[in-house]
Amino acid sequence: MTSGGSILFEAPGPRGRRRNRICSVLAVVGIAAVVGYVIVRLHDAGQFTWAMWEAFTYQGVQRRILIGALDTLKAFALAVVFSLLLGVLLATGRLSRHRVLRWPATALVEFFRAMPLLIMIFALYNMGWLRSWVAAVARFLREHLGQAGVWLADNFASPTLWALVIGIALYNGSVQAEILRAGARAVPRGQTEAAYALGMRKAQVTTTVVLPQAVRSMLPSIVGQIVVTLKDTSLGFIITYEELLYAGKLLAQNTATPAGYPYIPVLLVVGPMYIGMCLALSTFATWLAHRGRQQRRPGLRFRSPADHDRKPSG
Amino acid sequence: MHVLLDNLDLFRRGFVGTVALTGLSTVLALALGTVLTVFRVCPVPPLRVIGAAGVTVLCNTPLTLLFFGVTLGLPMLGLSGLSYFTLAVLTLGGYTSAFVCEALRSGINTVDTGQAEAARSLGMSFAQTTLLIVLPQAGRAVVPPVGSLLITLTKNSALAGGFSVYELFSVEKTLAEEGYAILTVFLWVALAYLALIMMISGVFRLLEHRLAVVR
Amino acid sequence: MRSGTRSRSGLALATVLLALVSLVSCGRGGVPPGSVAALMGARENGIAPSAYPVNRSVTVEGSPTLARAEAAHRIVVGVKSDHPFLGFEDPVTGRRFGFDVEIARMVAADLGFGPGRISWKTVPPQGRETAISKGDVDFYVAAYTINDERKKHVSFAGPYYVAGQDLLVKRENRDIHGPGDLKGKRVCSVTGSTPFQRIEKPEYGAEVSSHDSYAQCVQDLISGEADAVTADDTILKGYAAQNGGRLRVVGRPFSREPYGVGLAKGDKALRDAIDDALERHRDNGDWQRAYDATLGLSGARAPRPPEVIRY
Repeated sequence: MTSGGSILFEAPGPRGRRRNRICSVLAVVGIAAVVGYVIVRLHDAGQFTWAMWEAFTYQGVQRRILIGALDTLKAFALAVVFSLLLGVLLATGRLSRHRVLRWPATALVEFFRAMPLLIMIFALYNMGWLRSWVAAVARFLREHLGQAGVWLADNFASPTLWALVIGIALYNGSVQAEILRAGARAVPRGQTEAAYALGMRKAQVTTTVVLPQAVRSMLPSIVGQIVVTLKDTSLGFIITYEELLYAGKLLAQNTATPAGYPYIPVLLVVGPMYIGMCLALSTFATWLAHRGRQQRRPGLRFRSPADHDRKPSG
Repeated sequence: MHVLLDNLDLFRRGFVGTVALTGLSTVLALALGTVLTVFRVCPVPPLRVIGAAGVTVLCNTPLTLLFFGVTLGLPMLGLSGLSYFTLAVLTLGGYTSAFVCEALRSGINTVDTGQAEAARSLGMSFAQTTLLIVLPQAGRAVVPPVGSLLITLTKNSALAGGFSVYELFSVEKTLAEEGYAILTVFLWVALAYLALIMMISGVFRLLEHRLAVVR
Repeated sequence: MRSGTRSRSGLALATVLLALVSLVSCGRGGVPPGSVAALMGARENGIAPSAYPVNRSVTVEGSPTLARAEAAHRIVVGVKSDHPFLGFEDPVTGRRFGFDVEIARMVAADLGFGPGRISWKTVPPQGRETAISKGDVDFYVAAYTINDERKKHVSFAGPYYVAGQDLLVKRENRDIHGPGDLKGKRVCSVTGSTPFQRIEKPEYGAEVSSHDSYAQCVQDLISGEADAVTADDTILKGYAAQNGGRLRVVGRPFSREPYGVGLAKGDKALRDAIDDALERHRDNGDWQRAYDATLGLSGARAPRPPEVIRY
């Protein structure tokens, strides 16, 4: 069953059409009522007064929100890089013939996938060695790398940032490893056999033949997991990493109005930004998946003439 | 070991909290997920749009943001008596329902077209076709993905600890504050989650066997 | 259809994002009214950061902490950033305000460090002892109660203020006059904090709720979700000041929290120097002026500044 809708019901007749129209009207009225109720309640709670929103017209406040967004993207970028690296590493380990590599890789992947990310991030955040390492690296950067070192230390030497990044990378890296492994198992046997026939070693086959194809065929899943990575950066909120949501909270608590702090207005500003970033990424993932479906047999550059005659499925 | 024994009561409370959160959120997620699925395949266009929009937004909202929004927003909407526990169940259940809906929808795609056609030729309405013929079969097909969704839900429930609900993450926080070695605390909490998750995956493996669709 | 909806809504949200970004270029300067910075700026008796004359001839010997700070030409002070009028960092300008901040400025001035040579560092409660003992901060002024457990890890100068757990209520509240009136009342505090653990005791009979920050508790108080917020009176006075007259501190403290300046364990030379500074600024009226300009805005009178305890 490909298109869920039409197969489940007959084309409506006159009575059905009328009933559908009534249902449509009811649904629209229902939604309008809910939205209206929410707006009225928020209005009654004083959430739409000028005092609640005035702060957003100040440059400093806007800049602070942007800095929060950039800090989210900073943690996100680092987490993506490290999780992909770790994913490749763990996938290679799990695909290895050697037990010494396969078993620890499997154990790590299974453990980190089963752990709630927040539990890990919080544990990392509270670990003394993480703090002292970050402090030591910062000292080194400041003392030995001049201007660039100071910039690096100012922007990246934060234990909260690294607790967040390491936690996310361990979890999402494990998931990426499983995605890659599934992709590797889907690579046709002929590919590896041909590579062995050419005299390649196991490691060579894995890194130059299997993984690249696995990455290509699994690209939508990989990007899908990157969306999860972006969403996970919001956990930094709990350990006071100053990402977008936390910046919003700080701004809300900075301004007192007669109706309290402008949490809801801040949420109405910051929420769409977060959701927008995630949506943009998932749209990209959907687009990739769509494109992948149109090109049959992803990963194969060389096609037999017959392939060109096939219609794209999708 | 003494971390666990000295604080057995905390761990028990935390474990019970996590189990209760997960259990109730699961029920809500499955119910709401089914409703959303019906919305998305029904003949009424506005409902389809509502279903699709709801799922898209929920799937792209970080759970932390949703928690923040629900715990601050709902009390302002006249639902002021709700406990943090209830708010957390609503958040977790609502969030997971979007993913349940996505799973069910792809489950519907695995149901043979002939099933729906046969139902319609018997004169069944949309509601009958969907609820009696298609969804039950789709549900059986999506037991494994729903199982992994519930495992994710169990892990996600830790976030409730950051929003004033007492569960296993709160145990970690409390004991860390009291100065216990964080690694030991972490390992015990991790063990509790592992036990829960193994239980869930065991149950679902059993369900998968029992409910497998033989074609 | 699905990818169609997604890309269309994606486009719409991208537009919103773009609009927000472009807004930045057309905003107003300055700090928003109602913010802590604006409230501080609105006072006429404000304390300039340079209010405390810097001691140019410091003669403290035998303090490794001070030697290090002098070599680095700056002193690192650990503070909190989320307590209005106590230890607060303005999220917009990054400026620091509050009673603890003023105390830190006085001490730094007497140690030879003017406002330009202070590096502020926000230290979360979990990291306090580590930050002090590892030397991440040279001294720490942030609602830090002196107690024997902590004395095992750090040394304390002071106390410079004796706080106590108190209650914050709405101005018009008539039935809460102290901890004895909390039976069946909804009281909010910060999850896991000492005040939270105390108020949870059955003897108070309160219905306790908790949040991760006091501001959210204050929000509950304003919206009527809670009848009282409990914390150290200093913290509560800060929120009362921030909410300009709409809230008040009950003023019947039911615990004793002597605040000290935390410093590396065993650095007696530094401890004595800080004790001298605290005494001097208490006696010359700086202490009172700092209180009036910060926590005093709540309308609550200052308690008597405590005697320094040299141990």
